[in-house]
Amino acid sequence: MTTFSNLLQRSYLEIPEKVSIVLQNAGQPDQEIIYRQLILGANRYALTLSREEIKAGEVVLLILQHGQDLAFSFWGAVLRGAIPAIMPFLSEKLSPERYRADLASLISITKPAAIITSAEFESEARSALVPGDSVRKLIVTNTVEPQSEPDFDSLAGIKASPEDISLLQHSSGTTGLQKGVALSHKAVLNQLDAYSKAINLDPEKDVIVSWLPLYHDMGLIACFLLPVLMRVTLVEMSPFDWVRAPYKLMQSVSQYKGTLSWLPNFAFNFSANKIRERDLEGVDLSTWRAIINCSEPVHAESHKIFAEKFSAFGLRPQALQTCYAMAENVFGVTQSPLDQSPVMDEIDREVFLTQRLATPPIVGRPAMKMMSSGQPLANTEIRIVGENGKELPDRVVGEIKMQSDCMLTEYYNRPDATELALRNGWYMTGDYGYLANGELYVSGRKKDIIIVGGKNIYPQDLESLASEVPGVHPGRTVAFGMYDEEAGTEEVVIIAEVDSEEPSEQEVIADAIRKHVTKSSAIALRHVRAVGEKWIVKTSSGKTARSANKDKFIKELNS
Amino acid sequence: MTENITPALAKFIAEKILKQANKISKLDEALISSGLIDSFSLMDLALFIEDTFGVRVEDTELNAQTFDNLSQLTELIASRM
Repeated sequence: MTTFSNLLQRSYLEIPEKVSIVLQNAGQPDQEIIYRQLILGANRYALTLSREEIKAGEVVLLILQHGQDLAFSFWGAVLRGAIPAIMPFLSEKLSPERYRADLASLISITKPAAIITSAEFESEARSALVPGDSVRKLIVTNTVEPQSEPDFDSLAGIKASPEDISLLQHSSGTTGLQKGVALSHKAVLNQLDAYSKAINLDPEKDVIVSWLPLYHDMGLIACFLLPVLMRVTLVEMSPFDWVRAPYKLMQSVSQYKGTLSWLPNFAFNFSANKIRERDLEGVDLSTWRAIINCSEPVHAESHKIFAEKFSAFGLRPQALQTCYAMAENVFGVTQSPLDQSPVMDEIDREVFLTQRLATPPIVGRPAMKMMSSGQPLANTEIRIVGENGKELPDRVVGEIKMQSDCMLTEYYNRPDATELALRNGWYMTGDYGYLANGELYVSGRKKDIIIVGGKNIYPQDLESLASEVPGVHPGRTVAFGMYDEEAGTEEVVIIAEVDSEEPSEQEVIADAIRKHVTKSSAIALRHVRAVGEKWIVKTSSGKTARSANKDKFIKELNS
Repeated sequence: MTENITPALAKFIAEKILKQANKISKLDEALISSGLIDSFSLMDLALFIEDTFGVRVEDTELNAQTFDNLSQLTELIASRM
């Protein structure tokens, strides 16, 4: 068994000249980083962490934008034997106060020993620190040690054990930042091994092209650790550039003969709907062998419009694939076999909705099509269980639970959350689905989470923010997600009970809620509704029933 | 011609992006830096401007430094018509 540092050392010796990462930034020439440069850059950070007396096993928080310092500092922390955790960068729409509060709350639980950030962000990061917290050093990227030949034997990372925690992964928002998924070297490498086999990864021929942010599991694992550790060239553009110019993904695939990409479902719609033909002139997508839809519910319609749009540019429709993944299993749980399109399962709509059974359609009645998320990876087992925890047969909808040799070690410093999530070695995913002929169909969610563009959002975070707005009855707010077919993802709805029954005043409060919540969460809201007293449905125990409120809202919207 | 720009933009933003058709937009209200228009909707806005006014806004211009409110955006469009 090996560790990340062992693999880096071998790459340094065996493939120093191979291109590891091609960094793309709008308006700048592409920057090629060969393995030798990557590890030399990482070594500078390892030496810096050592100089700052950061010890092996301590957490190092990375707050950096897309770029070479993020890659160098991540692998530098690894070589130092420390535990890197990538934190989202402050975006212009998020209020600095809220970012500081989120950062402080993450620090209080994760207890990092150091933060690495850029000079422009230094004062912001510093303002989140309080006397007596765990952060001993704030390291700015322009103060790192000069380049020198790495002395691997003296690097603490080389002595790490496969069982040691290699990295932490957080999801966003106040709640998400308080739950860092801790993954061992062994877990990550077992995942990479199983996942590489599922997609027939070939380091000689494959080129991964990605715009995904590295603070998210799909970006971090599939589009950073997998290529770097498995010796596959990665072409990496900034998420900020992609969202303003989605055609750049196609241009990069064409230019670098890209073979693999991972995208959340909404990106299929976004690309199909927003890219203009004039930006695709001369683009050839015939090398793209798999574009894997992952990290939010998969929709066949999204694949269809993507294939229709880009087949004229050489895209093979069978390149569109699916995957079901979660940070608690490092990344992939299932993967659709790449030699065919994902299996479609046509089922009777009414039986599915009323009895939670996926049965063949009855002639003359409405049917619905489910797209498979694929088959479990070779190292991962899946079971579907009912409310009582008993295993359910094929085609019966229940909660998906999972077990593998690549599961999380724990939620870092959160024994309470770890205990809730793991039962007898099984991870309860909180997702609903069914199995049929070895294929997993994910059909819904037990947990009240909203997924927008692949990003997990906890509704309770948004509800408490909305409650802070003057005129809103505290605790009388509800947030939920609503699938938008055109966008291919969920849109956030917030409903708040307010003092006023006057429509014009309600409009003003709705506006204030939108501004405050967006500024405090960096999440754009779609529908914001200020309503009169007693609109919101509560359960008998006084809790907000999100699904009942969602049903009520949809009914009103359609009436 | 330019006097039609602002109302058309305001209508598009309220109806299509914010889904709040009755919203009364102010000329100097921050749109991007406030997060009212998220990055996914910036593309929609750029495509709308191109289709409606025949003016292209480059992807590198889709940020609060180039325009952040209705009056700045109107000015930008008018200068290119």
